[in-house]
Amino acid sequence: MLRKSVCELYSNLVTRPTGAAVRCEIEQELDRIGDRALTVIDFSHVGLLDFSCADEIVAKLLLQYVSLDAPRREVYFLFRGISESHMDAIEAVLERHKLALVTQHADGGSRLVGIVDVDERSAWEIISHLGAGVSADVAEVADATGLSREHAERMLDILWRRRLVIRHDNGYVAVGSATAAVGPMRLDA
Amino acid sequence: MTTIINVPHSLEDKSFELVLDQVAPLPLDEKIIVDTRHARWASPYALTALLALAQSRAERPVLYVPEAENVSHYWSRMDFFKHAAELYEIQGRVKSTKAAETSVLLEVTSISKSDDVHDVVDKIQQRAQDALVKNLNLDAKITMRFTMALSEVCQNIVEHAGRGGWVAVQTYTWRVRLGGRKVVVIAVCDPGIGFRQSLESAPGFQKRERWDDGLALEETVMRGASRFRDPGRGQGLAGVRKFVGTWDGKLSIRSGTARIAVLPKGDWDEDEPLLEDLSYFPGAQVQITIPERVA
Repeated sequence: MLRKSVCELYSNLVTRPTGAAVRCEIEQELDRIGDRALTVIDFSHVGLLDFSCADEIVAKLLLQYVSLDAPRREVYFLFRGISESHMDAIEAVLERHKLALVTQHADGGSRLVGIVDVDERSAWEIISHLGAGVSADVAEVADATGLSREHAERMLDILWRRRLVIRHDNGYVAVGSATAAVGPMRLDA
Repeated sequence: MTTIINVPHSLEDKSFELVLDQVAPLPLDEKIIVDTRHARWASPYALTALLALAQSRAERPVLYVPEAENVSHYWSRMDFFKHAAELYEIQGRVKSTKAAETSVLLEVTSISKSDDVHDVVDKIQQRAQDALVKNLNLDAKITMRFTMALSEVCQNIVEHAGRGGWVAVQTYTWRVRLGGRKVVVIAVCDPGIGFRQSLESAPGFQKRERWDDGLALEETVMRGASRFRDPGRGQGLAGVRKFVGTWDGKLSIRSGTARIAVLPKGDWDEDEPLLEDLSYFPGAQVQITIPERVA
């Protein structure tokens, strides 16, 4: 478990150069971890996050690790400590880049944010509601969503490539459902 | 040859056009005297634009300071003269003052690098909460969004202008248009390359049959165009537009010979969405106005 504060210079995350510097620090930490990681990024000590910084930190980070074609590595992200104003900036950049991510709230509940189609969201929520660390296989998701097995399989593969679910054994675990005790990578003052 | 530029008594974004009408036809190296002796009031837009005006001249201009002591005091408290002294030959008596101006959320401040934006954001957060929530009766949610908008418009200078500019933020009572309602105003002015030239510097840019400052403003402000190919660019102004829409505010941006305005849903402003063929002024001049919430 890695617990690391990557932003100690500024109390507010504003401007592109600041965002780029924070993202580089996160990437360097990820490079040390290896090819498979679940990274918790905690914004609870961040005052202001503006659009430019959100684009540099959140969108560009996700774009490097989330791709339907060939994801760089198997790195999953969970975002914590997101305030309403942070969410304004984050939702805007997710929409712009057609990205999605998982946020976790103080009560441990998780939420899928960003651009996800209805079936993907439905499948993610079904898996997420199974509880901490419980995986679902293709048949279970197909049954619960009413989709054909092939369709459910394709959709779960897309969710995995987008790093919104984790492939585990022969099933899938929702990002955020097994991470309450994971130490975060903090972005703080 | 020296030309005297007469400044109107009340100096804000609209009346500043009278100043530009006098300056625009003059050669850049012609000496000008900006005569503010009879000024009675100046908005944050006017003060920051006066500094940008001096920056735009090849020959250091002269500034006749306001004769009215309260006006001169106020301009001092806004730190206007502190910066003007580096750009103008100041003529007239300027009293320095240490008294704080309670309506001022941010004195006239220089913006030329990213760290300046951090300083502005850090400084205004301490003052914005009281001003916006207590004085303007706005929901507490506005404070962070207001600061985000301020950050984004300041960053436009750093990212696009090619030279430094100015920002100021103030609350005041808008007696004429709002019948005594209070407003908070952000003004950000620079004398840099402006929106049109910024877009023209994009890789592979091709001029269309019609291409001018008005179209460049429409492309940037309304359609999120940017000189960068990165699709993440252009979100800042889109966010600012959304912010002013949410709070029934107004955004106006002047660049070159045009000015575009995102108008409030309410009826407190009757401005034109797009004005063209204005007198040329380099760079970009941005004003965001958020009115007090009334029951």
